[in-house]
Amino acid sequence: MNIASLSKIAIKALGNNKMRCFLTMLGVIIGVGAVIAMLAIGQGSKNSIKAQISEMGSNMIMIMPGGDRRGGVRQSSDDMQTLKPADYEAIVNQSTTIANITPTVSSSGQWVNGNNNYPSQAQGVNTQYLDIRQRKVAQGEMFSESDVKTAAKVCVLGKTLVDNLFPDGTDPLGKVVRFGSIPLTVIGVLDEKGYNTMGQDQDDLALVPYTTVMKRMLAIDYIQGIQASAIDENKTNETIAEITDILRTNHKLRPEQEDNFTIRSMQELAEMISSTSSMMTVLLAAVAGISLLVGGIGIMNIMIVSVTERTREIGLRMSIGATGRDIMTQFLIEAIIISVTGGLLGILLGGIATWMIKIFANWPVQIDPSSVVLSFAVCTVIGVVFGFYPAAKASNLDPIEAIRYE
Amino acid sequence: MAKEIIKIENLKRYFKVGDETVKALRGVSFTIYEGEFVTIMGTSGSGKSTLLNTLGCLDTPTSGEYYLDGIAVKGMGKNERARIRNRKIGFIFQNYNLLPKTTALENVELPLLYNSSVSAKERTERAERCLREVGLGERIYHKSNQMSGGQQQRVAIARALVNNPVIILADEATGNLDTRTSFSILTLFQRLHREGKTIIFVTHNPDLALYSSRNIMLRDGRIVSDEYNHDIKSAEEVYRNLPVDTE
Repeated sequence: MNIASLSKIAIKALGNNKMRCFLTMLGVIIGVGAVIAMLAIGQGSKNSIKAQISEMGSNMIMIMPGGDRRGGVRQSSDDMQTLKPADYEAIVNQSTTIANITPTVSSSGQWVNGNNNYPSQAQGVNTQYLDIRQRKVAQGEMFSESDVKTAAKVCVLGKTLVDNLFPDGTDPLGKVVRFGSIPLTVIGVLDEKGYNTMGQDQDDLALVPYTTVMKRMLAIDYIQGIQASAIDENKTNETIAEITDILRTNHKLRPEQEDNFTIRSMQELAEMISSTSSMMTVLLAAVAGISLLVGGIGIMNIMIVSVTERTREIGLRMSIGATGRDIMTQFLIEAIIISVTGGLLGILLGGIATWMIKIFANWPVQIDPSSVVLSFAVCTVIGVVFGFYPAAKASNLDPIEAIRYE
Repeated sequence: MAKEIIKIENLKRYFKVGDETVKALRGVSFTIYEGEFVTIMGTSGSGKSTLLNTLGCLDTPTSGEYYLDGIAVKGMGKNERARIRNRKIGFIFQNYNLLPKTTALENVELPLLYNSSVSAKERTERAERCLREVGLGERIYHKSNQMSGGQQQRVAIARALVNNPVIILADEATGNLDTRTSFSILTLFQRLHREGKTIIFVTHNPDLALYSSRNIMLRDGRIVSDEYNHDIKSAEEVYRNLPVDTE
């Protein structure tokens, strides 16, 4: 007895019970579809996070005052003041692997223009900030090095601020707005970026020379952080090591003392975020996988019923010469046909579901070919595993009893 | 001397039911030659079903010898017996046992599907020939559930013939049919007998002995009589004389 004839018999038997066959398949279809859709959502969000981060500059390095603050301890105010403008200058003078660098200080407050006002930040930076964050000035121009030296009262506004301070659409360039009590002349408007993955409005800020923020707004002699970009994004670790050396020397730290500053690279951040999203993906896929398993149990359930129901048919086949193996193969093929057809339809359903998520929920999705192969392989295995018990049960029937079974 | 198709010697079959041993066959011996039409008769509990199962290689005897077409069946494994059933035996059952929702042709082809030495083309040809032989040449594509009982039994007979068996084993083959149809089926058996087929017909109906060439009577697992019938009645004649149901 060859596989081809047995397959023909199996297809014929399934065709005799189309409705039940389809309902059995439904478990597998939904399981496979869910797995594919979930993995597509996971993969999509991972990709979009990666894209956003590389847009923000994957070669970006952030230096913050204070030691390693993960865990939420050691947050004394002394710790927050360990970075001085001198540290910034030391890095500028000594580092060989940095492309751009800016100190950062920021102040929150109320922006006011006439009777319009809006709470936001004044981000104190130097001219290189635009290159590090890959931003552009859409209208007007960026402040100059000499503006930074003289702590000039100028600002470059983000789109959100422009919209709120000039709701009637007047050209903001050359206008004087106030931040708190300090009047600042608008010399430029930043390009529009929208929201990032974390849901922050990237246009809700205004750039001001960092010296202006330090001297005129906050009256402080330290800086809140340094942002830099490495020349080569694959060598950010070396850049971090270099900066660490420079800062330790500058802070006169002895070898046994811990760093009183923290350096993070965008790549580290990217890994952190994508590991969270991977975990989420695994979780979603596991839930979907369980439904696939339940689908497999459904196949077993129906096959057992089918074996009982077809006891006489099995008895007849045996009495006209089918061996136990022939019967077993036939039922296994039936189970595999159900699971494989269900798997194919499930892939289709998963594709449609993914497409609908993209269209209606506007989520970033991407179907990974490996997830299709994986779920298809899993449901074939499920067919064999869950089909085996009923098939073995059928092949072990005694033909004498089976043929007279009522 | 005709060829020995079935030879059994002192066949015994005991079943264990709980603590008791049921002696279904207590030493049965006979030889059936090629071309015989044998009815095996007995009331329920006489052991005729057990005997049929053993002759059909579905069951193995507790002791005694069984030769089918010269081959010792005793000691054969499950798979070997399946092969013997496939190549040498044609079964006919009381309730036809056709596959539901399946055409007559596919039903008749079934035994050949389990014989890989028969090609698909030969399979169809042989099945069609057998269906014509039992008078269903016009209905080869009818599904089993669209046929009358008599037609279904004819399909079952065609299925039993398709593998050119050395012996046809019929188990109450007319038991589910009305008198008229019974005689038409019996007529078919007699024709097959005339054409040289060897047939064993197991039944509890003593009237059928009149239409076979030999009658073996069983009681309590033993043979009580084994007689040749030299005056075989024609089932066809009875069939023709039966009143036709005009309603």
